[in-house]
Amino acid sequence: MKTDINPITGSANMARRSFLRYAGASAAAVAVMGAAASCKKERVTVAGATDIGSGDIGILNYAYALEQLEAAFYLQVAATPYSGITAIETAYLTDIRDHEVLHRDFFKAALGSKAIMALTTDFSSINFSSRASVLGAAKLLEDTGVQAYDGAGYLIKDATYLTLAGKIVSVEARHAALISNLISPGSFASDQLDSNGLNKHASIKDILSAANGFLKTKVTANSF
Amino acid sequence: MNLFNIIDEIEEIDPEIHERLSPRRAAIKNITSFGSKVAMAAMPFALGTLFKKAYGQTSSTVLDVLNYALTLEYLEAEFYNQGTAKNVIPAAQRNYIAPITRDENAHVAFLKAVIGQLGGTAVAKPNIDLSGGGNASGNGPYKTALTDFPTFLLLAQVFEDTGVRAYKGQAGNLLGNQVVLTAALDIHAVEARHASAIRQLRYDLGLSTTIRPYIQSTASLGNDTGFAPVNGNYAGEENVTQGGVNLVSALNTSVRIATGSFDEPLEKQAVLDLLVGSFIY
Repeated sequence: MKTDINPITGSANMARRSFLRYAGASAAAVAVMGAAASCKKERVTVAGATDIGSGDIGILNYAYALEQLEAAFYLQVAATPYSGITAIETAYLTDIRDHEVLHRDFFKAALGSKAIMALTTDFSSINFSSRASVLGAAKLLEDTGVQAYDGAGYLIKDATYLTLAGKIVSVEARHAALISNLISPGSFASDQLDSNGLNKHASIKDILSAANGFLKTKVTANSF
Repeated sequence: MNLFNIIDEIEEIDPEIHERLSPRRAAIKNITSFGSKVAMAAMPFALGTLFKKAYGQTSSTVLDVLNYALTLEYLEAEFYNQGTAKNVIPAAQRNYIAPITRDENAHVAFLKAVIGQLGGTAVAKPNIDLSGGGNASGNGPYKTALTDFPTFLLLAQVFEDTGVRAYKGQAGNLLGNQVVLTAALDIHAVEARHASAIRQLRYDLGLSTTIRPYIQSTASLGNDTGFAPVNGNYAGEENVTQGGVNLVSALNTSVRIATGSFDEPLEKQAVLDLLVGSFIY
């Protein structure tokens, strides 16, 4: 799907018809195609799938899903510290765990009966005894979190919810910078910025595609 | 690559794009659901041009937000540019300060360009007194900021933390504006990255044993720097109630964790009150 069109590098070859097809394609159609391509099998398994829903509640559930993922990751990191962990690294990672658990619990409390289910995670790709593996995964999760909030902010219709998302995303960005610096001092922003000095952002679809790699319970966003 | 040329490229292929999109905001939204990451990054600014052509002048509220942001970025850029020029930054710490300097100057250039793209007029750079004295004498309370690196870093931290709060405080004014809100959120995240890095550097250099990359307030004091003159810059960070939920009592956490988990916004007037007459005059 993604290779059909690229307005940057493929503009010279881009057929007008192909542009129109994309511009006119509904989000639902895209989501269905995505589901057919990658999620069909999971949707009928016991672990199942969950959809974030629509409107502002959908966006809040999207955030809740990502915070569940982050919380589960750092709970594991804190429970099984990687070899050679330093005192300050333990302090940082314990604090981040507590922040992410609080974000998760906050969304659960705020959403009440509208909250999606508790997600089952899959961290089989991470070696929790390896500093490089853990911090690499942490960086990916934090950067993904920042890009997710930044990319979905404009979809929020209620100003209070938007500010709430803003209160959390800057903490995620603080985490992301911290983790990056632990990996390589001074790398706190480097690979996440564009040439205008702006943090990258990403669509719900792209974020979930990445996040689902760490989830047994696949999360969908059919309304977006 | 010049992002602002994207729309011209699309127009070459699809000359009727403006006609097609202007009556259908929903179609504009759908455009962002396709394409590569490069396209994702580029499209909002192509859309900025679209909105301008389709709907005429951008609202004065949005332009006000952008000019306010530009004013703050002028201050930050000047601070790092001067720090660099005056050689206050030790060689070993340039890997932290140089990227921040570059980013703040990029933000100035970006905001000026966007304001122009949206049909507005960018405000001029204000008079800046980095000593905080509010005049040209340079004898304000932070007069050592450009000669003493620890003071420079303390001020950097306060500027960055305040910048994060300032952008956050404007989110509501940009509600639903895919182009400008998304750009503002993207800068907001970068300011938070800077704030985190400066705080971490201050800890690593032994300038504070308690400072962390995130703001950890007490129940009665938002300011976690231990430097009372900047209490106002952190006022409100001690809040522990979010969306009607008292995090401490309802979710069984500490004030330290609750305040570290959520950054608080600061309204425009409060920010200006902190800066005008001291750093801006």
